[in-house]
Amino acid sequence: MLKGYQSWQFENRPVITSTATVVGPEEGRGPLGNTFDIVHEDMRLGQDSWEKAERTMMEEAAKLAVEKAGLTQEKINFFVGGDLMNQIVSSSFSARTLSVPYFGLFGACSTSMESLALAAFIVNSGGADAVLAGTCSHNCTAEKQYRYPTEYGSQKPPTAQYTVTGAGACVVRPQGEGPVIEAATIGRVIDMGMTDPFNMGAAMAPAAVDTIEAHFRDLQRGPEDYDMIVTGDLAAVGKRIADDLFEKHNIDMHKTHFDDCGLMIYDRDKQPVNAGASGCACSAVVTYGHLMNQLRKGELRRILVVATGALLSPLTVQQGESIPCIAHAVSIESTT
Amino acid sequence: MLGQLMFDVLKLTPAHTMSTLVVLGAITDGLGLYEPLIEFAGAGATVPITSFGNALVHGALAELKRDGWIGVVTGIFEVTSAGISAGIIFSFLASLFFKPKG
Repeated sequence: MLKGYQSWQFENRPVITSTATVVGPEEGRGPLGNTFDIVHEDMRLGQDSWEKAERTMMEEAAKLAVEKAGLTQEKINFFVGGDLMNQIVSSSFSARTLSVPYFGLFGACSTSMESLALAAFIVNSGGADAVLAGTCSHNCTAEKQYRYPTEYGSQKPPTAQYTVTGAGACVVRPQGEGPVIEAATIGRVIDMGMTDPFNMGAAMAPAAVDTIEAHFRDLQRGPEDYDMIVTGDLAAVGKRIADDLFEKHNIDMHKTHFDDCGLMIYDRDKQPVNAGASGCACSAVVTYGHLMNQLRKGELRRILVVATGALLSPLTVQQGESIPCIAHAVSIESTT
Repeated sequence: MLGQLMFDVLKLTPAHTMSTLVVLGAITDGLGLYEPLIEFAGAGATVPITSFGNALVHGALAELKRDGWIGVVTGIFEVTSAGISAGIIFSFLASLFFKPKG
């Protein structure tokens, strides 16, 4: 179970029996557009507020994941979820609709893997027969809460990232068909003193590197043990910093395929996303869509998903505080 | 260009940038440098937002000369009243027709 200092190795190998992804129009137009289950053309999803649109996506993803697992909502023991909104309302309100026992998490954009690691832990220790893990974000709710209302039309520097509109969910069970969750590493909060909320990738990169190094140390592995290592939403600036840090720490990431969900989901040359993507849904929809497809087909044997989160609040930014960051890693293996 | 530098180099927020430019306009006029700037730059210096600072101080100084110290308070809005009233009236009209979602 506990391996090293901050990692878990799941000896009962919990299975991700189903996944579901819901995204907005910009994500649907991106290079991974055909890997998502539902693509909405309307950012508002017919709702009268962005917040309602966000939680509608979460509910859709959750219901679809349960349906694809061949279950009904009553068979789900726990829902583990979180999002970027104040008081994580999107997840809590979705849990109200689902009426499933619920753990609310706040890990900002690291929530995707934080919830998956906890779901795996619960299932691995016999605490549940089926756990639903999921997270969501919406471009307009995140802009409104963390920066400026979109209608204000405020300028953004090229280091800024574009919050993904979407929701991803999965069902974890002790047995079944599908990729297995084999290990997880829980990250420390790392703060390198960055204060610019328009450059979150740079703030989060050291946290991603710290967690990946901890994972290698705890499980006595290296980059060569993974077909792919993906970070959550470092985007162009953060990814380059992570590359440099690995080189400085003598970890050869060329032995694996090292990529970032924030760079995979959009075509930065054609889409107006500045440095790349961010948001809870970024790593969730890329992992539960594209990466899961490849694991199911056996095109990838073992991957490490390292979801990165910036634990800032609008208030701490206004008060000039630096941005603490975290990253959680989950290792997923193909069974085909 | 000055505003863009304040954004990108000094990392100021839009609100801070705007307020700073207003204050800069006011200080320049207080030092008697804004009129020469208008003569040099023409329309470039008479459009918002530095011109607003200039107008505030200009009005206050004009009424100070005419009515004494009380003019500093009443004069601030003398020259700027058109801008402020337009702001209030058009925001009111916009709020009747649009519902912002943020």
